[in-house]
Amino acid sequence: MNQERVQHRGASADGVYKGLLAGAAALVFVVVALIVYEVARGAEMSIRTIGWKFLTQTEWDPVADQYGALPYIYGTLVSSFLALLMAVPLGIGSAVFLAEIANRRIGSIVSFVMELLAAIPSIVYGIWGFFVLAPWLRAFIEPWLIANLGFLPLFRGFPFGIGMLNAGIILAIMIIPTIVSISREVLLATPATLREASLALGATKAESIGVALDAARPGILGAIILALGRALGETMAVTMVIGNTNRISLSLLDPGATMSSIIANEFTEATGALYLSALIQIALVLFAVTIVVNGLARALVHFATGGRRDVAGAA
Amino acid sequence: MTSHEGATAAAGTAMTPWTDRTPAFVRASRTVWNHVVIGSCYVAAAVVVLPLGLILWHLLAHGLSGFSLDFFLSMPKPVGEAGGGMANAIVGTLIIVGLGAVVALPIGVATGVYLAEYGRGRFAAMVRYTADLLGGVPSIVVGVAVYGLVVMPMGRFSAIAGGIALAILMLPTLIRSTEEIVRLVPQSYRQGALALGAPRWRVTQQVVIPAARSGIVTAAMLAVARAAGETAPLLFTALGNRFWSLQLDQPMATLPVFIFDYARAPYDDWNRQAWTGALVLVLLVTVISAVLRITVRRIQTR
Repeated sequence: MNQERVQHRGASADGVYKGLLAGAAALVFVVVALIVYEVARGAEMSIRTIGWKFLTQTEWDPVADQYGALPYIYGTLVSSFLALLMAVPLGIGSAVFLAEIANRRIGSIVSFVMELLAAIPSIVYGIWGFFVLAPWLRAFIEPWLIANLGFLPLFRGFPFGIGMLNAGIILAIMIIPTIVSISREVLLATPATLREASLALGATKAESIGVALDAARPGILGAIILALGRALGETMAVTMVIGNTNRISLSLLDPGATMSSIIANEFTEATGALYLSALIQIALVLFAVTIVVNGLARALVHFATGGRRDVAGAA
Repeated sequence: MTSHEGATAAAGTAMTPWTDRTPAFVRASRTVWNHVVIGSCYVAAAVVVLPLGLILWHLLAHGLSGFSLDFFLSMPKPVGEAGGGMANAIVGTLIIVGLGAVVALPIGVATGVYLAEYGRGRFAAMVRYTADLLGGVPSIVVGVAVYGLVVMPMGRFSAIAGGIALAILMLPTLIRSTEEIVRLVPQSYRQGALALGAPRWRVTQQVVIPAARSGIVTAAMLAVARAAGETAPLLFTALGNRFWSLQLDQPMATLPVFIFDYARAPYDDWNRQAWTGALVLVLLVTVISAVLRITVRRIQTR
């Protein structure tokens, strides 16, 4: 009888304990739901008033209450794409170096550097881009680009130093650690027999790396898309180096603005309800884009590593 | 085609050794290609390491000159006056990050423990998915949401709002790393305690969590260090403050926001202080996380 009661009490305490932990876990849903609700609620007025034109208009004039987000969407997409263009080859090359070529000591040094890079706050990248990279670009790289590649519309204009190119470079530096660390994991997860078999057939080292890369492709693609998600949402560094000009220009040397930079710059100064609501709608668009991009990346990495590797752990 | 004919001819007569009939230029080009690929991987790794070196170098070169006791102890000077420090911003960052940690730690650690110990079902899978989703939300969006949820109802910017925004940003890292660390506790611990008649909750609370404690502390500090460098969500939650304030319901200065403002200001002295602030921030964030990662590795290899 006594023993029964003890057992019974133990069982209910177990239930309470598990319930408490599950309650904490459920709070995660509450947090995400609140964010979605709040951003959607804040954007409602802008959505009602402006409608789909919001995404296609280029005019952003708070005085006239005209809000079109196209230049910011363009800026976000172009700067992120530019970053991928630089970060993907460098990142995959480094991942291959770490997983297939480097010896243990050099490998651990490079991964340590990657971890440090990932830990530096984005505002620090921002001031480096603003005070160091921008003068370099202005003095050396952009004049050269204009002189030699100026026949392309991409490199026309004036060497400002700050602008799309600067933002792309800074973003590339910031997302490379993501690409390297996940790609390396994925490469290490591919079976060694693949490499051994191709080497036994007479393949060179490079050709056997090609075989391994082929097997790791979905995971590496996931890493790239995840890095894209980071680049799309990155705010402070970009705000400091992109120049914050509301215009769409084909030239990478021209200043621009991104969805996150316009929010960072104007949110606290937004007078007018519609103005604030339009800024929140930009946040909503950014939110939606990053959710889609991250969901895709997560599924790919999960699939490629058989669930062994979580994206969250790679951060 | 030709190699096939050669093979049958050879089989017809006597056992002659196989000879590589690959044209020399094919072999040469494969060798060259091999060197090109391997070489470019070396180059990629070198190029990737370069920016970190440059950033650290410039941080030290520009930031070290302003690195003095005065910077930590004095208040910002009014516009136009040289000198001054970021005492209020440093204290403000510590307070707001502390607030965030106080909110996020119990929730994050409990969720992580739940996922590791009871996380088999669909509910746990959904929690994991949602935590990952939260990890992917841009920090500026979190700032916008907290502005609507906390700042608007309160009617003003405040340290509390900043702390809540940082807490939200800490949660995903905290949850997933706690889960990973609690999973590392050997099954035999649980089995041993259960065999002694301990109920499930005591096994978790008094055996598993103490065994994972050092790892959980490390994970927590890592998440906190990360959040300390966040700027975007603080811009419209804690806002910033040029004066000394310890009131949690008032705007409060933080190091990242200060760096942002000072870096964009048209005064050389302020720009110099922004570099020093950045150096302090990087020391705060990276040194903590670097030391932590090394400790974690020691624990894991042990």
